[in-house]
Amino acid sequence: MREALPLMWRNIAERYNLIGTHCATCGSNYYPQRKVCPKCRRKGQLEGRVFPGKGVILSSSQVFVSPKGFEHETPYWLAVVELDNHAKLLTQVVDSADDQVKAGARVEVVFRKIYEDSHEGAIAYGYKFKVVPGGK
Amino acid sequence: MAGIIGYGVSIPRFRIKTEEIARVWGKNGAHITSGLGVKEKAVASIDEDSATLAVEASRRAVLMAGIDPQKIGAVYVGSESKPYAVKPTASIVADALMAGPDLMAADYEFACKAGTAGMQNCLGLVLSGMVDVGLAVGADTAQGRPGDALEFSAASGGAAFLVGSKNVIAEINCTYSFTTDTPDFWRRQHAEFPQHAGRFTGEPAYFRHVVSGAKGVMKKAKTKPEDYQHAVFHQPNGKFPERAGHMLGFSKEQLQTGLVTPSIGNTYSGASLIGLAAVLDEAKPGDRILCVSYGSGAGSDGFDITVTPEIKNKKPVVSVKQLVADKQYIDYGLYVKHRRKLKSL
Repeated sequence: MREALPLMWRNIAERYNLIGTHCATCGSNYYPQRKVCPKCRRKGQLEGRVFPGKGVILSSSQVFVSPKGFEHETPYWLAVVELDNHAKLLTQVVDSADDQVKAGARVEVVFRKIYEDSHEGAIAYGYKFKVVPGGK
Repeated sequence: MAGIIGYGVSIPRFRIKTEEIARVWGKNGAHITSGLGVKEKAVASIDEDSATLAVEASRRAVLMAGIDPQKIGAVYVGSESKPYAVKPTASIVADALMAGPDLMAADYEFACKAGTAGMQNCLGLVLSGMVDVGLAVGADTAQGRPGDALEFSAASGGAAFLVGSKNVIAEINCTYSFTTDTPDFWRRQHAEFPQHAGRFTGEPAYFRHVVSGAKGVMKKAKTKPEDYQHAVFHQPNGKFPERAGHMLGFSKEQLQTGLVTPSIGNTYSGASLIGLAAVLDEAKPGDRILCVSYGSGAGSDGFDITVTPEIKNKKPVVSVKQLVADKQYIDYGLYVKHRRKLKSL
């Protein structure tokens, strides 16, 4: 197993539905979820929240040499996306032409298979993003 | 009143042309394209399966209906290409919609008609008052053995229908099923690809069941072919539904809007439901729709549907036409990779 099954299971809500943490004290949004707000420290009040599935690409990189388990997907795009609530996350970008994957492009979330341990192993599903051509 | 309160469709972006498959196997591409009535088919990418297609379609259905997913009391996913042989897709869909955990859920298998079987169950549950809203999904990443006739049409796609009793956009007036033990197409446990009985899949299988299913539901509804603005039949290729329609007395015009297989291939459990979605995309209040699915093995589910004025208030998140138009062609090599048809994949 690349990842312990209980860990994969614990991440289902977070990865299926972009549930991040919101700090009620300073208003910051974090993804993936955090236990402590780095700005407010002990004064922070973190709560789970469904984050918007839309955002904009801040930077991107095309991966030609992948980590184990992603060899058949190369070349694929990774991007740092800023969601509409300003949380930033790292994600694969799929279903998009190469010339569309660039900083400033609008993206929206899609539900995809992230990895599987083997043909007989458990499948981890979760979010990826795709470019919305002409999206606002 | 109970019926459809929202629907969604998912079709992968990749397409392979019938002629490209024919080129690899030394067949006459133009001849097969016209013979089957399928010019290209939708191909799921390496990170898509029937669960991801089911989730994408279901999310669109929930957005269209504008309901709180927690209102969904039942989720049934029909497929013959489940990612897990044992472990439900329905629970993945329920969690991805944040509809659980207070709901009934199960996967259905009845070749190409498991999605409509789920729709019948949801209708029964809503009419009996057991649930407020039920979700029925048909989604497949259909398998075809390389070189087999099925490979020209076996495609990927899915559709999801929410059935409820409030803000109904299309009332399901009645439903009827015709079921017999007919071994025309099957896949045994652990077998990677299905087998079929060639021409036997026609007369005693598809046509007998679709025609009987259609006649049965029209008898129950006391209707005739001319009462319908649209008819949708299961579409394993572009020709079978036209012939079934002709046998029943439907015109080509009545079948046209719901015939999507020529552009995306046979999406199995999704096929008749994507056709129904294509019709609802364009339907007007008062339109009457006949929808008849077919699943090998064998059976047909017929639905008599009337579109309500509520359809003016709800638009699909993305139309079937838009999904069909959003495409990227791949060659046979990439198709083999994405569908993992090489043993090393």
